[in-house]
Amino acid sequence: MDRRSFLGALSGTVAAPFLAGPAFGMDRPSLTSGLPQGDYDTAIMEALPGKRPLIRWTTRPPNYEAPISVFKDAITPNDAFFVRYHLAGIPPRIDLPQWKLTVGGESFTSQLQLSFDDLQRGYEQVEVTAVCQCSGNRRGLSMPHVPGVQWSVGAMGNATWRGPRLKDVLNKAGLKPGVVEIVFEGADGPVLTGTPDFVKSLPLSKAMDENTIIALQMNGQPLPHFNGFPARLIVPGWTATYWMKHLTSVRAVTKPYGGFWMKAAYRIPTGMFPQLTSFATQENAMTTPITEMVVNSLIASPAEGNRVRRGEMVNVTGIAWDAGYGITSVAVSTDGGMSWQDATLGKDMGRFSFRPWTYNFRADTTGSRMILSRASNRRGETQVDKLIFNPAGYHNNVVRPTTIIVA
Amino acid sequence: MRFSRFILAATLAATGALAAETPIQLKDAPGRTVVENNCAVCHSLDYIRTNAPFLNRQGWTAEVNKMINAYAAPIQKADADAIIDYLAANYGTK
Repeated sequence: MDRRSFLGALSGTVAAPFLAGPAFGMDRPSLTSGLPQGDYDTAIMEALPGKRPLIRWTTRPPNYEAPISVFKDAITPNDAFFVRYHLAGIPPRIDLPQWKLTVGGESFTSQLQLSFDDLQRGYEQVEVTAVCQCSGNRRGLSMPHVPGVQWSVGAMGNATWRGPRLKDVLNKAGLKPGVVEIVFEGADGPVLTGTPDFVKSLPLSKAMDENTIIALQMNGQPLPHFNGFPARLIVPGWTATYWMKHLTSVRAVTKPYGGFWMKAAYRIPTGMFPQLTSFATQENAMTTPITEMVVNSLIASPAEGNRVRRGEMVNVTGIAWDAGYGITSVAVSTDGGMSWQDATLGKDMGRFSFRPWTYNFRADTTGSRMILSRASNRRGETQVDKLIFNPAGYHNNVVRPTTIIVA
Repeated sequence: MRFSRFILAATLAATGALAAETPIQLKDAPGRTVVENNCAVCHSLDYIRTNAPFLNRQGWTAEVNKMINAYAAPIQKADADAIIDYLAANYGTK
């Protein structure tokens, strides 16, 4: 979209078109410990249009995460799915008949202007159930704290996405030889003209992966506006920074894309997380783009601070996920990490999905009881006990406690 | 630059409307107005509240410089200094 006309159209409304106001007064969320004090002072439960009340971190641009209770279900409802924007120039709504996806650039043999209908009728529609997790999920738990949105554990969700494969669209336009990356833009943008627009690229191999799709549906429904209506890129296994919302432009390039959001942002120290598939055309000796999610898990129930009676059976449930290698086990400790037992894995909804798990134990002694979960994947990777600190607070998969009271 | 100023003015006008909807109260201390007038052009002020208190003066200086150098925030030097003073004093650590 032309920047000038876009901003011109938005200038009167860009700052405040979305807020429904606190939906249920000033409900305070229950938050895990370890976040900056400012999180506890600021967070409220608030509903964006089309959303249920979520934990609000920032208003403009909107950044909202799901409370832990949402993850009792392995599929995240659309209205509970987290919301994350970098820049506040967000269209208040997108008019579907006017929306077009441009597939172009000099490295295609033809240029395409695709309507929503074109994408839905002109290409095979495929489904993938995949976790969309913000790179900075759990940043607020980084020690020491690092600047950015101070996310707790809910900047993630798992949905069944449906739409055409990106590679089918790329092949339709016809890739010329020498393409190294595919570049993606969305309808949202910066407030100021000088601020770098949010533009991301993928290596050609990931763009051509059969699981990389352009989602037109999420859990059988149109995408919520704040999750990228009408079309969003789905990059299973990779963090959400690549999952471009409100997708408007796909370009093929023969040189690595040099924009701010690739060269300066969303990077981790090279070699710090050696298990990752690297993004070779964007890597340098110091830093490399964040790509695959690390293996992780979350205890969804019981909630922190829950009280149970002595002798009662406690049903621990949660989810585990990784970059798509497959969860092989979730170990649970109910004694603060002294002993570990395997949880029972639930329904397998595909290797990119949350994997539910459950573990039952009897609360046989009184006092506080620390429950922990530790997931492992098919590559033999497992959650860490000690944070692998990095300046942006990415890849936090430290084993986390949920403490309950037995009385 | 003229264009940027136009957007700035339009956004500031809209920010007023936003403030009426969800007031984000920063600590009342010298420099607050300068912070509101500059920072709220591009983002709500809850970013400041949640990112506290764990940055020291050096950390807040880096954040303000990032806004100017990476995100092209049109903040004058004197304003930048006042913003850093305010953030370090009210939302910072020693």
